[in-house]
Amino acid sequence: MNVNQQTPMASPYGPPQPGYGQPSYAPLGGGYPGPYGPYNGPAAAYQPGAPPQGPARGPLTSAPRPVSTPQAYSQYPQGDSQNGPPPMDHSMAQPAHRSPVSQPYSQGAMNLSGPHPSYSQQYGAPPPMQQVTNQMSGMQIGSGPPTSVGPGYAHHPSTQPPISAAYSSAAPPSYTQAPPLSAAPSQPPPPSEPAASQPYYGGPPPPQQQPFPSAHHPSQPFVSSSPYLGPPSQPQAPPVSQQQSFPPGPPAQQPFPNSAPPPVSQASYSGPPPLTQHSFPPSSQSGPFPPISISPSQYPGPQPQSQPGPPPFHSGPSPRGPVPPPSMSQQQANHLPPGPMQQQQPPQPGMQGGYPTQQNGAFGQPRGPQPGYAGPQYPGQQNYGAGPAPAPAPPAQKRLDPDSIPSPQASELPAVQKSRHRIDPDAIPSPIQVIEDDRVNKSSEPFTTGVKGQAPPLVTTNFQVKDQGNASPRFIRCTAYNMPCTADMAKQSQVPLAAVIKPLAMLPPDETPPYIVDHGEGGPIRCNRCKAYMCPYMQFIEGGRRFQCGFCSCVTEVPPHYFQHLDHTGKRVDCYDRPELSQGSYEFVATVDYCKNNKLPQPPSFIFFIDVSYNAVKSGMVNIVCQELKTLLDYLPRENPEADSVVRVGFVTYNKVLHFYNVKSSLAQPQMMVVSDVSDMFLPLLDGFLVGVNDSRMVIESLLDQIPEMFADTRETETVFGPVIQAGLEALKAADCAGKLFVFHSTLPIAEAPGKLKNREDKKLVGTDKEKSLFQPQSGFYSNLSKECVAQGCCVDLFLFPNQYVDVATLGVVPVSTGGSVYKYTYFQAETDRERFLNDLRRDVQKPMGFDAVMRVRTSTGIRATDFFGSFFMSNTTDVELAGLDCDKTVTVEFRHDDKLSEDTGALMQCAVLYTSCSGQRRLRVHNMAVNCCSQLADLYRNCETDTIINFFSKYAYRSILNTPTKTVRDTMVNQCAQILACYRKNCASPSSAGQLILPECMKLLPVYLNCVLKSDVLQPGADISLDDRAYLRQLLSCMDVSESHIFFYPRLLPLVKLDGGSLPMAVRNSEERLSKGGVYLLETGLHLFLWVGANAQQELLSNIFGTPTFSQIDPNMTSLPELDNPFSQRLREIIDSFRSQRSRYMKLMVVKQEDKAELIFKHFLCEDKSTSGGASYVDFLCHMHKEIRQLLS
Amino acid sequence: MATYQEFIQQNEDRDGVRFSWNLWPSSRLEATRLVVPVSCLFTPLKERPDLPPVQYEPVLCSRANCKAVLNPLCQVDYRAKIWACNFCFQRNPFPPSYAGISDVNQPAELMPQFSTIEYIVQRSPPNPLIFLYVVDTCLEEEDLQALKESLQMSLSLLPPNALVGLITFGRMVQVHELSCEGIAKSYVFRGTKELSSKQIQEMLGLTNPSASGPQGRPAAPQDPAVTCRFLQPVHKVDMNLTDLLGELQRDPWPVPQGKRPLRSTGIALSIAVGLLEGTFPNTGARVMMFMGGPPTQGPGMVVGDELKTPIRSWHDITKDNARHLKKATKYYDALANRAAVNGHSIDIYACALDQTGLLEMKCLSNLTGGHIAMGDSFNTSLFKQTFQRVFSKDHNGEFRMAFGGTLEVKASRELKVSGAIGPCVSLNTKGPCISENEVGVGGTTQWKICSLSPSTTLALYFEVVNQHNAPIPQGGRGAVQFVTQYQHSNTQRRIRVTTVARNWADAQSQIQHIESSFDQEASAVIMARLGVFRAESEEGPDVLRWLDRQLIRLFMFHLRRSPFLQVFNNSPDECSYYRHHFVRQDLTQSLIMIQPILYSYSFHGPPEPVLLDSGSILPDRILLMDTFFQLVIYHGETIAQWRKAGYQEQPEYENFKHLLVAPVDDAQEILQTRFPMPRYIDTEHGGSQARFLLSKVNPSQTHNNLYSWGQETGAPILTDDVSLQVFMDHLKKLAVSSAA
Repeated sequence: MNVNQQTPMASPYGPPQPGYGQPSYAPLGGGYPGPYGPYNGPAAAYQPGAPPQGPARGPLTSAPRPVSTPQAYSQYPQGDSQNGPPPMDHSMAQPAHRSPVSQPYSQGAMNLSGPHPSYSQQYGAPPPMQQVTNQMSGMQIGSGPPTSVGPGYAHHPSTQPPISAAYSSAAPPSYTQAPPLSAAPSQPPPPSEPAASQPYYGGPPPPQQQPFPSAHHPSQPFVSSSPYLGPPSQPQAPPVSQQQSFPPGPPAQQPFPNSAPPPVSQASYSGPPPLTQHSFPPSSQSGPFPPISISPSQYPGPQPQSQPGPPPFHSGPSPRGPVPPPSMSQQQANHLPPGPMQQQQPPQPGMQGGYPTQQNGAFGQPRGPQPGYAGPQYPGQQNYGAGPAPAPAPPAQKRLDPDSIPSPQASELPAVQKSRHRIDPDAIPSPIQVIEDDRVNKSSEPFTTGVKGQAPPLVTTNFQVKDQGNASPRFIRCTAYNMPCTADMAKQSQVPLAAVIKPLAMLPPDETPPYIVDHGEGGPIRCNRCKAYMCPYMQFIEGGRRFQCGFCSCVTEVPPHYFQHLDHTGKRVDCYDRPELSQGSYEFVATVDYCKNNKLPQPPSFIFFIDVSYNAVKSGMVNIVCQELKTLLDYLPRENPEADSVVRVGFVTYNKVLHFYNVKSSLAQPQMMVVSDVSDMFLPLLDGFLVGVNDSRMVIESLLDQIPEMFADTRETETVFGPVIQAGLEALKAADCAGKLFVFHSTLPIAEAPGKLKNREDKKLVGTDKEKSLFQPQSGFYSNLSKECVAQGCCVDLFLFPNQYVDVATLGVVPVSTGGSVYKYTYFQAETDRERFLNDLRRDVQKPMGFDAVMRVRTSTGIRATDFFGSFFMSNTTDVELAGLDCDKTVTVEFRHDDKLSEDTGALMQCAVLYTSCSGQRRLRVHNMAVNCCSQLADLYRNCETDTIINFFSKYAYRSILNTPTKTVRDTMVNQCAQILACYRKNCASPSSAGQLILPECMKLLPVYLNCVLKSDVLQPGADISLDDRAYLRQLLSCMDVSESHIFFYPRLLPLVKLDGGSLPMAVRNSEERLSKGGVYLLETGLHLFLWVGANAQQELLSNIFGTPTFSQIDPNMTSLPELDNPFSQRLREIIDSFRSQRSRYMKLMVVKQEDKAELIFKHFLCEDKSTSGGASYVDFLCHMHKEIRQLLS
Repeated sequence: MATYQEFIQQNEDRDGVRFSWNLWPSSRLEATRLVVPVSCLFTPLKERPDLPPVQYEPVLCSRANCKAVLNPLCQVDYRAKIWACNFCFQRNPFPPSYAGISDVNQPAELMPQFSTIEYIVQRSPPNPLIFLYVVDTCLEEEDLQALKESLQMSLSLLPPNALVGLITFGRMVQVHELSCEGIAKSYVFRGTKELSSKQIQEMLGLTNPSASGPQGRPAAPQDPAVTCRFLQPVHKVDMNLTDLLGELQRDPWPVPQGKRPLRSTGIALSIAVGLLEGTFPNTGARVMMFMGGPPTQGPGMVVGDELKTPIRSWHDITKDNARHLKKATKYYDALANRAAVNGHSIDIYACALDQTGLLEMKCLSNLTGGHIAMGDSFNTSLFKQTFQRVFSKDHNGEFRMAFGGTLEVKASRELKVSGAIGPCVSLNTKGPCISENEVGVGGTTQWKICSLSPSTTLALYFEVVNQHNAPIPQGGRGAVQFVTQYQHSNTQRRIRVTTVARNWADAQSQIQHIESSFDQEASAVIMARLGVFRAESEEGPDVLRWLDRQLIRLFMFHLRRSPFLQVFNNSPDECSYYRHHFVRQDLTQSLIMIQPILYSYSFHGPPEPVLLDSGSILPDRILLMDTFFQLVIYHGETIAQWRKAGYQEQPEYENFKHLLVAPVDDAQEILQTRFPMPRYIDTEHGGSQARFLLSKVNPSQTHNNLYSWGQETGAPILTDDVSLQVFMDHLKKLAVSSAA
């Protein structure tokens, strides 16, 4: 299967990338030659390019391009050759063919490369989307890559010069991809196909290239070899070429690595080494990588470039289809033996980190250049070389074979079937590459929200936002920024129309929080009919005396005090003085009309409920909570940092009875009041229960000191839960305020009381139609209770410390319905879980939040919000009621058409949240969002965001399992995705072989992410996952924003290589293949942090991290790294800290040693691999998806 | 032989017994004709400083349904070491320990002067006294403060090993845990929900947790003092409790305008009862409830919290308009019975200007032998001293209170027991001497008296069942034995046995003798008790009618006017209060209640008792009236003027000063001993408080006849009540016309 990813988008990005690329690459190249190597591993070709970039970029860029272009070509050929058959020649030929198409692209690319903005525009123009075409034969991904190559450009120049033509060919490809295109507009096009492939290379190469370069030097011979390859491939006799390539391959390889067979792998490995020698990479790539594998991997990278590429691809593919595919497959087949092994190996090393790869890498040569690495690398290589090589191959085959993939391939080419096995993981779209490209392209310039229909940068990209009339993506992200005009279109495409809204999101310090607007006693000005709040979409008419609502078109009088003249463009002259007329997000001060009972609200209260039953005390939880609260109470949320918080606090402990505490300031000692009548809860005291922290500090401290003592010898094991919440509710009612309950709970509440639960854990139900009942609450009690809570503005946060089943599905009902959170610390132990719990608690207590909130989403006529996902309660179909709404809570809203939308006006949505601030002020936060409307499906596909779609899909699926058998849910999802992709293929993609998998650029990661969702513990539980965990994750996801859901489904795996400098090493894909035995990796899942230590990790590395050079001396139970005084350790800890600070929940660090038992847990998160619970590997799933699509199309 | 007067006095002094008739008519028919039944007032724990208890246990008749105690009336065969029971005539051998007896070496219980004798039971382990305070916190700040001080003071009066507990209530009910250091703990209950005793114990964590705790310590000796954290020895928690009381706050829940505070008295009591029931059943305990207003919520609610709805009055009750009355009464009845069964008594100290619901709650004290004290405020000496007097001690330094008493009555065959009236409940013990004709609490030979004081007096009613045609041989005697078992305040278990006998007389031949044996005072009180009992338990008008029929023969003018029977001018609570005390005080006090005593102080002679008549109210007299509940010092018009003029300050009028002081001194003397503390009133002619006096005196002069009676001195009373004169005239007329 060749997946040709045509990434027009990429290309545009590509151009920008140059800019980006340099910085990113440069550092990478310079600092992390190794890492790049690994990445490049697959895209060896790129690497070569990249390396040159690193060094030469600066200077080269200008000049180089031209140079590069030629190179590019040359590269392309190489790429082609890699892809398969038609290397140079093809490229040449193809260029001719495609020239028209490609040229424009290339031009675009060129231009783009210069100015980013232009690129983006160009993007739009060019191929709508990146298309990933999978050729059934092999998964070759042809991407518009050439463009992508762009990034590499800079390097090329440098490389090129030094390198011989051959080099140039190699190097260029990577760099050139961009350059080539740019350089020779005319040429580029032609190359497109080849170029495309090259570009792919190029894309990936850039990183890879760098490594390669290193390789190059040593392997100059390769270069020569590469030429070989080139030639053969050019000939187009794919098969032949391949064969040829083989022969050459070996030789080439040999030259490269010295170790012939491994060469490929080496190449990949070399990737790292190349680092040192930028020039090399290309050559090496060409040599070893020529095998398809690289190209694919590269493609992803290049994809961005692919835009230009795509067309080429399409065209390319079709032409190729006949020829190349077979060739490819053959080649692959040929290569496979080495390829797979190599690939696997290489990728692993590559993925892991440049360094490790190198280590592993057979490429001693490259290492040679790199003194430090050389030592370790070799050993690693050896390992690989010897054992791995054989081993990898079989696995690779297995993967391919077992999977359902066969069908498509079979249909296409019988010969190819074999090739299937060889589907190269690197040939399929790589999330890492996409993320990296986006980061490179979009993080330098602020994202301005003024332009309708423009998708923001990915959540993984750091960027600044400028509010110009639409809400920041930090507040709202949409699945599609171009909405279909009609319901039919929407239905046809099956693309969900949804917005993920995080109304109180925290903004980075350099962005201004929403301004507060006070419209005076009359309250905010609103449309008379639909009640939309004043916003930039209100059109002032009649000289400013009236305004027309952008949502419902109703005309409303402007109140006299709000009148303002219009300027010649029809804008109010005070437009820019008023946030509500110029900003996407702002807040109104609400008047008494917006308050409950027409009474201004009281400041909220926090009440802490601490379980003091035997388990809770024994685990140390009680002690920890009490100790922590003493200091934590000084950090209650407040709006004015100078002033004391007005939030009042209360304390309750409980087991099967409740103990309230009177902490009135006038008391010398706190007083405990026990309520045993839990069947009918009430508040036993009024005065002295809720107090100001400062007033009662002494009494509170005394209390917190005594609680652990008082219950130290408790023998009570039973607890209640329902009455606990009832008590909090009663307390808030009595105080007539909203507030939040913090419940620290340990066991299943089996004591006789309302809300008593029984243990219903029954694993036999898993997988049956009755499974859904396990996610439903046991009784309606808690649902009813949560209604009351919401009515009072009582938000419940639940901290669970279970040692066994506690029925999270039921206990979580109230938190989930009241905008609260559930935290779960299974088998809590004071020593190891203390930090995690305390950090969660601190954040939970301190974070800004609103109380007693109501959210309403208004939309333009034509669509309306129909479905909502998140932690809230709805008593009607429009108002989202949130007893509490904190800065981490997200609500996902689905829209449906109820009429036609107009392309002229686009679609508007306004999300208004009425809430009580933590200082007791009633406010209205308004977020506005305008998106385009399109009548062409292509526009839809071009402006959507996969991460957001996945967020929606997962929430939808996770909710569906409440009522539908899990299997049905899974099937439905697969089906819907297949429809989305099939619709694209049918309506937007240029005609191509039916065997080709073509993915829209914006959605090329949809399959991989979807697979992650399907494989998640909730939808496909392994034997070791408890029902509680599933219920917990299910609830947890419901209020995740896009960045959280992204990392949750596709964890970030960082190779820990050189950590100097400010940037992070580039992540590697989540697959065991990418792990190098000699490396150390950091895996972030959003909930956990793993530090995986390879069995052969360098001693120096271990010393730097753990303070011990011996693998066996590493304590796998440590939860924090020793503080060592070396830059590596410091930087690593910094990284860990920064990761933690980015997440709403503290991630506990687990050290996983290779081959250790705990590795199973770790492997569970390698989501591109096959999972033990039966989840398909990425490759398999992609094949399956392809099959589905084909079925739909036929 | 001494006069009957002396005989009666001697009997009372020795045995605490006063019979209505000291010769008993020998047949049922004759007895019935006498109207006043054979009955007695019995004071079980009459103070007998001269009677040292014996350190052994009584010897019982061996007949299963008799079990009478060996007494001086028994026939004893010293040689055979056999004694004959004088009730059932069973012949019993003496126990081995009596081997040495002879007619010169008699055990105390055989000596005639020991017709009353007290035994100390050795076997039962000593039980500590238990005091459980139940405190209303819906009080004015001042009141609460005073109450807190009184309570703190009381701690110092308790014996160190006594157990104390504290329950406070308002809108909620709090049971305070006393054992803990540091944080003060309390268990809180909502005031509106009725809980079973079992639930209460569960919620207080009093049920044995061994069921849940697998490795529960080996069923630790259930020392309740250890297991119950709510009742702790005074010496251990003295400080703690003092602080706790000091920190008591007024009920914090806001009381909206126009509302009464919510008082969960009913639940508080049920929790108190439940707590004791679970921890100390059949152990003497005293629940002392202090309340400053009526129960306004939950079971036992007497009035709603709306101020605009006044608490029920007699008017409402007669109109059947008191909606909470029956329910509340029933509720408290049930509680009282539960407490009584376990031997716990309940005191009520109600201090409020308005009624507090004593009418509904009276059973709590009436059935359990508890006290009721009523006052206007806790911040008055009336309350403070009354409360202090609860803890008064006798010459041995021991409390004048006993707990968990049971009284058993045995009678000769010719006599059966009809019932008892007093602070007791029936134990429903069947026996051979139970009369079918029930009077008061009958149908049993044993009664439980949860709390006893030396003055606690029961009225016991008997029926002569001997048939007319089976005459009793001349000189036959009927005997009655009272066996009282109780827990002494020093925690000893004791048994006091009183055996009395009276001669039978043939009414036809010896009617004069019988007549002369009539004890008018005792009879008056006994009949009054019967009247009160009926008034409590039956519908008002019927009782009055019944009483009138009886009165015709009994000449009880004052009783008829007393608050015990006459509800006019008294609130339901006051009536309950008065009746409560009437049915438990001894004869002397009871007489005072029926007919107040009036002393006159003047320059004309030494202080003298005068007629309770308006004619006694003269300008130059100081009157001291003792109605038991009130002590009124009334200065005549002239005296008052003198006093106002300050003559008493002048040395030359020292005699006047003495005159003024004399009644006050006398009053003090009464105040010293009286429980509950009477209301002390110092007033003068024309003073508003003079009404207390004027309402009691016989209205021989009223505005109707003032002028017709001409020159007679005295003060006219503005009343339409008939005077004694008129009453007597009318009575005479009736006696002549219908008595036959």
